[in-house]
Amino acid sequence: MKGYTGTLPNGEAIHYVDRKRWLWSLSVIYPLQPFLGIWLHAETGNEAWLLLPLFIGYVIAPFLDWLLGEDENNPPEEVVIQLDRDRYYRFLTYAVVPLHFVALIGAAWWAGTQDLSWWAFIGLAIVAGITSGLGINTGHELGHKKSKLERNLAKIVLAVPVYGHFWIEHSRGHHRDVSTPEDPASARMGENIYKFALREVPGAFNRAWAIEKDRLERRGRSAWNSDNQILQSMALSLALQLGLVIAFGWLMIPFLVLHNIFAWWQLTSANYVEHYGLLRLKEPSGKYERCQPWHSWNSNHIYSNLVLFHLERHSDHHAHPLRRYQSLRNFDDLPTLPSGYFGSYLLAYVPWIWYRVMDKRLLALPHIKGELDKVNVDPDKRQTLYERYGQAAA
Amino acid sequence: MSDFKCPECDYVFSEEKGDEYEGYPPGTKFESLPDDFVCPDCSVRYKEDFVPA
Repeated sequence: MKGYTGTLPNGEAIHYVDRKRWLWSLSVIYPLQPFLGIWLHAETGNEAWLLLPLFIGYVIAPFLDWLLGEDENNPPEEVVIQLDRDRYYRFLTYAVVPLHFVALIGAAWWAGTQDLSWWAFIGLAIVAGITSGLGINTGHELGHKKSKLERNLAKIVLAVPVYGHFWIEHSRGHHRDVSTPEDPASARMGENIYKFALREVPGAFNRAWAIEKDRLERRGRSAWNSDNQILQSMALSLALQLGLVIAFGWLMIPFLVLHNIFAWWQLTSANYVEHYGLLRLKEPSGKYERCQPWHSWNSNHIYSNLVLFHLERHSDHHAHPLRRYQSLRNFDDLPTLPSGYFGSYLLAYVPWIWYRVMDKRLLALPHIKGELDKVNVDPDKRQTLYERYGQAAA
Repeated sequence: MSDFKCPECDYVFSEEKGDEYEGYPPGTKFESLPDDFVCPDCSVRYKEDFVPA
C-alpha cells in the first residue's frame, strides 16, 4: 500500500501508511444506496425493500458505529503535505458528483414508472432526499477548496439537493459566525431541532444572499446577475427538476418536494449536532474570539466518518477549513458526541432525550464548567435553564 | 504597494492586483478594506490577523 515518508523534528525518519485509504471509497458508493432498494424490489416484488436505505441510515449505521468503535489515529504532521497532494483522495470527491445525479434520476425514474403504493412512493422520495443530503456533504468538502474545479463541482453537486447557496453560506457565513448567537447554523442550548430548522433554513439562505449581494455590489453589479454563484447553481437545480417533471409526469412534484425537504433535513441534522450550545466569547474589541477546538462537537466513530468524508472531526475542520478530509485530526479533550452523527441525529429527533444526554455533556466541558454565561442559550429558554442549573439569569 | 497574507490558509491580498472576484479593484489599499473583512478563502482570520507577505 502507498506510504509517505517524512522526518520528525528529532531527525527520526517515519513512514506512514493510511489504513483508511481504500475505505474512503465508501463515501463514494454510499449515495448509490437507493439502487439497492430498487434492485431488491425488482427482484422480489416486495415494495418494503425500497425503504432499506432508511434502515441502513438509521439502524445499521448507528449499530456499525457502536460495533466498530472509534479511530483516534492521526497522520503525522510531517507527511500531511504529501497526503494532501495525493490526487487519489480528491478524485474520490470528484467521482461522487455524477453519482448524486444518477441516484436522484434513478429514484425518480422508479417512482415515476412503477405503480407504487402511496407509502412506498413517499418512502422512496425520502430515501432519495436523504441520499441527496449526502450531496451537501460532498459539496461541503469540495466547496472549501481554492481550486476553480473543486468550487465549480461544489456548485454542480449542490444543485441536486437545491442548496446552491450552501458553499457561500457555509464557507463565508457559518465559518465566520460559528458558535455565536448570530449564526443561524449553530444550535442553541434548549432549542429543539424542529425549532432550529425553522431558524436555520431561511437564515442560511438570507445570509448567503446578503454575502453574495455585497460581493456583486462591490463589483458594480446587481444581485440578479449571471455572475451570482447562487443563481448559477439554482438554475441547474431548476433544469434538473423540471426535466424530471417533464420526463416522469406530475407525480414528480410531490416526489421532488419531499426529496428537497429531506435533503435539507440531513444538513439541518448535521448542523444541529455540530455546535449545540457552544459559544465563542467576545473580546474587548467587540469581535468574537477566533474559533477554537472546543467550539465544535466531534466523533471519531469510524463507520460514519468513512461515509461522510471525515466530517465528524469537526474541530480540526473549523480550525483549518481548507484541510483535506484525509488529513483531519483528532485531539484529546474535545467536545465529544455520544455516538457518530447518524446515532446522534436519532437522539436529536427526540428533544427530551437529546437534552438529557447533551445538556450534561455541554455543562461538563472544561471551558464551561457549569457556567451558563459561557453557553449559547436559546433566549426563550434562558429563564428556565438558569433556574434549573442554579444560576441567576444574567 | 504591499501584499498581505492570511496566516491560516496563505490567501494573499495584493494591493497591486486587488481581488477582482471579491470586488476589490487593483490598487485597493489593504488599509481601506472594511473593518469586518475576513479572509475570503478560510473565513476564520480577521483583517487584523493578516501579516505582510
